[in-house]
Amino acid sequence: MIAILKHELSNHFHSLTAYIFGAFLLVFVGVGAMIYNIQQAVANFEYVLSFVSLVFVVIIPVLTMRVIAEERKQKTDQLLYSLPISTVQVVIGKYLALLAVYMIPLCIVALYPSVFARYGAVYLPASYGCILAFFVMGAALIAIGVFISSLTENQGFAAGIAIPALLLNYYSVSLAEHVSATAFGSAAALCAFSVLLGLVIRILTKNEMMAYGVGFALIAVIWAAFFLNREVFEGLLPKIMRNLSLFERFYSFVAGVFDLTAIVYYITVIAFFLFLTVQSMEKRRYN
Amino acid sequence: MITVEHLTKRYGDFTAVSDLSFEIQEGHIYGFLGPNGAGKSTTMNIMTGCLSATAGHVRIGGHDIFEEPDQAKRLIGYLPEQPPLYMNETPLEYLRFVGEAKGLRGRELAGQIETVVEQTRLGEVKNRLISKLSKGYRQRVGIAQALLGNPRVIILDEPTVGLDPIQIIEIRDLIRQLGQEHTVILSSHILSEVQAICEKVLIIAKGRMVAFDKPENLEKLLMSSNTVSFTAEAERTEIEEILEEIEGACGWQMKENGNGGIHVEVRIEFGELTDICRSIFTAFAERKKALLELTSKKANLEEVFIELTESTPSQGELPGTEKKEERISQGEAKRQVGRPREDGTAEDEAKPSKDGTERDGERKDEAENLESEVTER
Repeated sequence: MIAILKHELSNHFHSLTAYIFGAFLLVFVGVGAMIYNIQQAVANFEYVLSFVSLVFVVIIPVLTMRVIAEERKQKTDQLLYSLPISTVQVVIGKYLALLAVYMIPLCIVALYPSVFARYGAVYLPASYGCILAFFVMGAALIAIGVFISSLTENQGFAAGIAIPALLLNYYSVSLAEHVSATAFGSAAALCAFSVLLGLVIRILTKNEMMAYGVGFALIAVIWAAFFLNREVFEGLLPKIMRNLSLFERFYSFVAGVFDLTAIVYYITVIAFFLFLTVQSMEKRRYN
Repeated sequence: MITVEHLTKRYGDFTAVSDLSFEIQEGHIYGFLGPNGAGKSTTMNIMTGCLSATAGHVRIGGHDIFEEPDQAKRLIGYLPEQPPLYMNETPLEYLRFVGEAKGLRGRELAGQIETVVEQTRLGEVKNRLISKLSKGYRQRVGIAQALLGNPRVIILDEPTVGLDPIQIIEIRDLIRQLGQEHTVILSSHILSEVQAICEKVLIIAKGRMVAFDKPENLEKLLMSSNTVSFTAEAERTEIEEILEEIEGACGWQMKENGNGGIHVEVRIEFGELTDICRSIFTAFAERKKALLELTSKKANLEEVFIELTESTPSQGELPGTEKKEERISQGEAKRQVGRPREDGTAEDEAKPSKDGTERDGERKDEAENLESEVTER
């Protein structure tokens, strides 16, 4: 695992991605700090981070797109499979290297509040709490990016999926206000989701039986539940969309609340997507 | 060293490897031979843990590759068909990574890297980017990678594909050298290559094993496919009389060519083709019969190979020598049927094949011909 970590780190710093990622993050944090903390003279560094979080939608996919996709394209994944290291170690090594790349600009960002504190009253616990949350949220987004990179061998495709996926996640709360809140609407949306899930399963596993099985079973369960108890579906879709948003949970930190459930949520997301990544890589051994 | 038992791999409805079983002893160079798509790479990928099997077991030095992958993989160095190289690194950086991943540290790592760089003669290029290296050097970096950790078995998937003749010779020399210290398994779809390096050859076709034998023995089987053909102005009986006296001739077919001549194709089991041509000529000359045409055709190794691989048995049994021979004669029978046969004169009463030792020289010629053919491609 350490070999993978070292190798990945040297890889990131040999290519431009690590620098581009760091530069973009720092530029936007700098611009945000200019606008909020200097021009508008607000003492809360949290607002800057909230402003920057949108940048993640683009820079995280750029950072993660090649991680596994490129191994597949260059067929170096065969080397990883034939080395005496497990897939779990490979994925964790790669993920830790990404976290390290992400930590470096964040260390510089962490200096900002203490610098500002010299010129005014900054509530440092809130600022650093928010930076910590910002780090964990980014880590969760990176885990999603790694998983998407493991699905394809084309980096561009990986980024092309990851950006809309994160964007959708970013705007899911605003979108939630515009989607149907009726019971029927929610049930219909869930059915559409089941069909999509079936399609994804079919593409990934090439197992039609399983895809149809899962799709139809879910739809059957949804409609059965719908006819048995309509109220459950009342306003369900917006609720799901709000709960799935990684960014929405971050805003409570921006508001000055250290929400431990959000941290737990982020860590769960990380574990879940890394698990899926391992499965996705293992699956390649099977076909 | 390596035991493969009833290995099967299916992709959906397609069976890539079907009930393959064999055993590989320590300290030899083995060749995996088969046409493209025969299941060579699939088998190698399964043996090295890169791919799962649908059924069956692979044991490396007693460790099951699926159950104890760590111990098993430590015993193997693997070079896949496309060398798994990171293009933006130098060979030295790359080897350091692979060495570390194989659990080597510090001085041991440095020492081993130095040894493999020397063995594969990478010294000159070790600090250049891999993306700037020629294909031959890349292949060597791939082999160097496989050698790290001093594995007992080295598995090379088509190590000479896409190289120029000089590089091919160099890589072959390297493989021979490796064979002195390691068990080497290499795959190829080129017969002459396997013949040139390997001590034992395993032929796979359509995911099944067709033959597993020493190259000399396979060669003997191939020998029986030389032919001499001629057109003579003579009676059938006369021609038959002559042919019966020719040593090495076994089975022939006759066909009237319409102009009073008879075209004959004779299968030669042993003996120099030129000698046989000479004795045919003198025999006809003595009887004052005109020979209108006389040509000889050496067995095309590839043709026979194709025949061998196409007449794959329907069941993936483990062929011993006798079974294999039986299969070859099936193949021959098929070929005989394919030819126009006029009457019952064409007989394939197989004469016992003599030891092919006196034909070593010719065999070498043949291998060389083929080699040049291959390198031309």
